[in-house]
Amino acid sequence: MLNILVFMKQTFSSEEIVRIDNNQIVESDVQFVINPYDEFAVEEAVLIKEREDAEVTVVTFGPQRSETALRTALAMGADKAVLIDSDTAGAELDEYAVSHILAAAARKFPFDLILCGNSTIDGGSAQTGPRLAELLDIPHVMAVTKVELLDGKAIVERDVEGDTEKIEAALPVLLTTQQGLNEPRYPTTAGNLKAKRKPLDILSVADLAVDAELIKSKTERIELALPKPKKAGQILSGTLNEQVKQLAHLLVDVENVI
Amino acid sequence: MKKVLVFAEVKDGKLRNVSLEAVAAAKRAYAGCEIIGAVFGDGDLKPFAETLAHHGADRVFLVLNPALKSYTTDAYTQAFMNLVAEVQPDAILMGHTAIGKDLAPKAAARLRLGLISDCVDLKSEGGEIVLTRPIYAGKAFEKRKVTDGMLFATIRSNNFKLDPAHIDTGRRANIIELRPEIKQLRTILKEVVRKTSGAIDLTEAKIIVSGGRGVKSEQGFKVLYELAEVIGAGVGASRGACDAKFCDYSMQIGQTGKVVTPDLYIACGISGAIQHLAGMSNSRIIVAINTDPEAPIFKVADYGIVGDLFEVVPLLTEEFRAILGNRRD
Repeated sequence: MLNILVFMKQTFSSEEIVRIDNNQIVESDVQFVINPYDEFAVEEAVLIKEREDAEVTVVTFGPQRSETALRTALAMGADKAVLIDSDTAGAELDEYAVSHILAAAARKFPFDLILCGNSTIDGGSAQTGPRLAELLDIPHVMAVTKVELLDGKAIVERDVEGDTEKIEAALPVLLTTQQGLNEPRYPTTAGNLKAKRKPLDILSVADLAVDAELIKSKTERIELALPKPKKAGQILSGTLNEQVKQLAHLLVDVENVI
Repeated sequence: MKKVLVFAEVKDGKLRNVSLEAVAAAKRAYAGCEIIGAVFGDGDLKPFAETLAHHGADRVFLVLNPALKSYTTDAYTQAFMNLVAEVQPDAILMGHTAIGKDLAPKAAARLRLGLISDCVDLKSEGGEIVLTRPIYAGKAFEKRKVTDGMLFATIRSNNFKLDPAHIDTGRRANIIELRPEIKQLRTILKEVVRKTSGAIDLTEAKIIVSGGRGVKSEQGFKVLYELAEVIGAGVGASRGACDAKFCDYSMQIGQTGKVVTPDLYIACGISGAIQHLAGMSNSRIIVAINTDPEAPIFKVADYGIVGDLFEVVPLLTEEFRAILGNRRD
C-alpha cells in the first residue's frame, strides 16, 4: 500500500482584502480556505488513491481554526488528519522553525510520497517543500504539473518559468504542487458526512518532542504595511485617436517609460 | 570586512539581470564589504566572472563540474555547500528565480539558516539589514530581519535598479576555479521542453504588453506582438487567455505564472482578477485597455482607455512608430 502524506495550510481566501491593526493582520470576518496550492496536493493524493491502494494522511501546523480546512480535505477523500496546534508553539515561528516541526510530524508516519503546495498565498515564500525534504533526507521536485507513479518511481513534469522539465525520482520523494496539476473537487454531501467520522488528531508542539533549539526562529517580522496608495488613475477621454495620442505622449514625454 | 556571497545564474548564455541586481543590492546594503560572485556550470565561464567584476564583484568563484551543466537540486546543493565552506561568507544573496526558489531553502535547511525570500527592498537600518517582501500576493508588505545566523535572502527581479554609474568595465576581480566532487543524484532530468527561448524574459523586461481573454483568439495576439516590437516589449498573458488556448502558459503572468515588475505594463483585454494583479501590481506604470469601464483593472491602472483593443492597439503602434521614428532622426 502506498502511504501518502499531504502537508497543507489554511489561508485567507484569495479574494480577501488585507487589513492591518496594531502591526497584526486582522482575522475577524475573514473567509478561510485550504491554501489553493495545497488543494492541488490533496486532490492529487485522492486521485492516486482512486487509482491504486493508498492511504492519505493530511497534516497541518496551524491554529485551531485550521480544523475546518482539514475536515474539507477529509471530505475530498483523505483518510486521516492531524492538526499540530500552532497556538502551543509559544511564538510566531518562521520557515526554519516550522520545517523542524513538520519534519518531526512526518517521522511519525510511514510515507512513500509527500505532497504539499508549492507556496502559500499568504506568506508566499515557497520554502516549506525543499526544507522538509532536506530534513527528511529525501529528494524533492517543485512545482509539478503532472505526476505518474511507476515501479517505485515518480515520473513528473514540472513548470520552470514557462519551460517544462520531465524528471524521475525513486520513492520516497516530496513533490510540491503547482496550478495545472489537477482540478480540485468540491466535497460532496456524502464526503462531508464521511469526513465527520474520519480520525482527526490534535497534537501540541510538545507532543512532537522536537529539540527546543530547532524550533526557535532565525528571522522575524518587524513591521507590516499596506502598499503605498497610488494616485488615482486617469481614464482618458476624447475620440479614440485623441486618446491614443494623449497616451503615447504621457508614456514617452511625461512618464519616460518608452 | 564582511563577505557577501552572490550566487549568479546564467541563462541562455547570459548572466541573468537579477544576479547583477543582487550584486548591486549587496554593495548598497553592506558598505565596504567584499562581494564574492559564484557561477556554476561546465566549460568556459570566465566571461561571466568578468561581467560580475564590472558590476562590483571583488572575487568570483567558477564552480565547475559536468553535473552542473543543467540544474538539479542535488548537484547544485552539493556544489553550493562546498562553495560556502570555502568562502565562509557573512551573507548570501541570490535571485528569486526557479533555481533560487529550489536551491535557497534546501541550502538554508542544510546550513541551519533562516531565509528571507522574494525581497523587493534591502536596507541597512541602524546597523541591521532590513528586508522588505510582499505577502498576501502583494496586498501587504512585511519587513523582516535575521535574528540568528547569517543573512540569506533571495531578491525579486527588477526591483533593485542597476546604476550605470557603478558599472566599470575596467574593473577586475580575482577569479578562482572550484571543482567540487558531486556524488549520487537522486533526481534525473530526462527532458527539457523549452517554450521560452528567444522570447524576452518577462521577469526582466522593462516593458510588457499583455493580453487577456479580450484578445479572443491566438491570432488576436498578433496586434500585441506588433506593438511590442515597436516599443521593445515582452509579451505576456493572463491565465484566462492561456486557459482559452490563445497562447502558451509560458507567457502567463500572475500568482501562478510569472511575477513581473516592469516600468510599464500595458494590459489589453484583461479584466484584472486578483490572481493576475498578484503578478503585476507592482509595475511602475500600468495602462489598461478594455471595453468594460467597470473592469477591476482600471482600479489599479495609472492610465486607461475604454475601448476595443483591436482598434486601440494598432493606433498606438502607429503613434509610437511615428514618435520613435522621429526620435531616431
